[in-house]
Amino acid sequence: MVPSLSSAQQKSSDNNTKSDIEEILFNFGRPATTEEIKKWNLDVRPDGTGLPLGEGSVSEGEILYATKCAFCHGVSGQGGINERLVAYEDEDFPQGIVACGFECRTIGNYWPYATTLYDYILRSMPMNAPGSLTFNEVYALSAYLLYLNNIVPDSTKLSASSLKEIVMPAHDKFVPDDRLEYNMVH
Amino acid sequence: MKEKENKSSKLNITRRSALVGMAGAAGTMIAKSATGKEVQTSSNRPFAPADPTKVTAKQWATKVGKRSIFEKYERDVRYTGTSSRTPLHQLHGTITPSDMHFERHHAGVPLIDAQKHKLILHGMVDRPMTFSINDLKRFPAVSRICFIECSGNLAREADEYTTPQNICGMTSQSEWTGVMLSTLLKEVGIKPSATWLLAEGSDAAVLTRSVPKQIWHESMIVYAQNGESIRPENGYPVRLLNPGYEGNSSVKWLRRIEFSDQPFMTREETSKYTETIRNGKARQFSLTMDARSIITYPTFPNTVEKGWIEIQGIAWSGRGQITATEVSTDNGKTWETAKLQEPILSKAHTRFRHLFNWDGKEAIILSRAIDETGYVQPTRETLIKVRGAGSIPYHNNPITGWRLRAGGEVVYRVQDWG
Repeated sequence: MVPSLSSAQQKSSDNNTKSDIEEILFNFGRPATTEEIKKWNLDVRPDGTGLPLGEGSVSEGEILYATKCAFCHGVSGQGGINERLVAYEDEDFPQGIVACGFECRTIGNYWPYATTLYDYILRSMPMNAPGSLTFNEVYALSAYLLYLNNIVPDSTKLSASSLKEIVMPAHDKFVPDDRLEYNMVH
Repeated sequence: MKEKENKSSKLNITRRSALVGMAGAAGTMIAKSATGKEVQTSSNRPFAPADPTKVTAKQWATKVGKRSIFEKYERDVRYTGTSSRTPLHQLHGTITPSDMHFERHHAGVPLIDAQKHKLILHGMVDRPMTFSINDLKRFPAVSRICFIECSGNLAREADEYTTPQNICGMTSQSEWTGVMLSTLLKEVGIKPSATWLLAEGSDAAVLTRSVPKQIWHESMIVYAQNGESIRPENGYPVRLLNPGYEGNSSVKWLRRIEFSDQPFMTREETSKYTETIRNGKARQFSLTMDARSIITYPTFPNTVEKGWIEIQGIAWSGRGQITATEVSTDNGKTWETAKLQEPILSKAHTRFRHLFNWDGKEAIILSRAIDETGYVQPTRETLIKVRGAGSIPYHNNPITGWRLRAGGEVVYRVQDWG
């Protein structure tokens, strides 16, 4: 037996139930603090937004690479157990990559932005101590890897202002997905 | 060298699952190995009474249920430990058991205490907010059944003794429950100019992906999978879910979402999940999964007999609903429309069935999916012709075939990907 509601109860009930959640602001959660956003907001964008203060040189990067990266990626960015980081001479885009396959997509021929290198090394590397590198160390490692790929000279010292200006060999190679404009394989 | 190791390890897995599958399917004490040799399996078979109605049961109510001791389900784990595949050929219906959901992670599975986890939304919003898992559970909840598929879901190097699990087991389906992203967008006051979000995981890769506004009306922040909390390997305690999009965009172990008017150009969406196409360019943000199907019975390692066979499988599309699945039993010369099992959900595995009266002569069976946009699942030849060989690492959805040999053995119809 469903008890019948008085008209007053009915009205109150109407005010407290909404079927359209679009209209409601729930106010669950709490305002995010500046500190907690700053701690995690480390992403770096192609225009340089997010690059921290600091600097690092190719020669500093060479030493860091030997101690922290070569174990997985091989001496000079090749021949390691994990990804090769350096493009070989005949691996231009796209023929060299298509001919060789997935493992030939490297910083030198397939990475469109140098800023991505900084972002990725900072957030993920090295695998045995993720997130342990300092801002300066990441600048140094970025400089060294760009040098190994013949993108910068060995005298290079990188900082926020110089890193974002680097134009990568694969910069103009990427196009947005257009498959959905078709209902056939594309 | 590396390639060789990979191949031999895959073959071992294939042969092992072949034995398991045969023992299960045959239900007898004798099974045929992949090489055709008859092997005794009785010694490996657990004991069961001849007549269970004549013995007092040994099992009574338990706090946590288990599978029958006669059933064995295993994901196919890649040697690197960064992925595993769902045993599609062992499953029925459309829901993947949570512990059989495929895995793909870039730095292992993090150990996270849900009570300490938080999700921050910030960037182009009026009110940056932090939510605990309990906060997220207070919002109106939504459940949705859909597939998640890895865009690299194709084993190219495969011999005849290859199962559907090996070929394309990186697609799985669950009922996901959580809060609509749109609900949270209102809470934080999303700015109209925001067109991209960056989703960031709490794994050691701190994996990030940019997700465009086009999918936001369907995106969910989910905390439950098939009725229980998400499994650790699938994103515990909370993940993003972008229905129909390539799996890695549904960032697991979600801790942060930042809104912007530009994509962030992360490593995954530039150097990794992109594919070269014919015009000397690489296709980027190719997020939607095209329509695909796979026959799951009969396939390797089954054996079949002359007479009626119900060909079964799953079809799915990231563009929407499956409208038809066609089956060929003559290697593509003619096609017939299979029956689709209701309910047919958008961006979801849909089960198809087709009765085939096999005359016992060698036959090749194929399936192809058609979705609500009219898209028809292509052949391998069409994919390579249209996109070029360089596109092969991702978004391959070729028609896949199985060869019924005259003796009843079923094997994979090998395709050469070059």
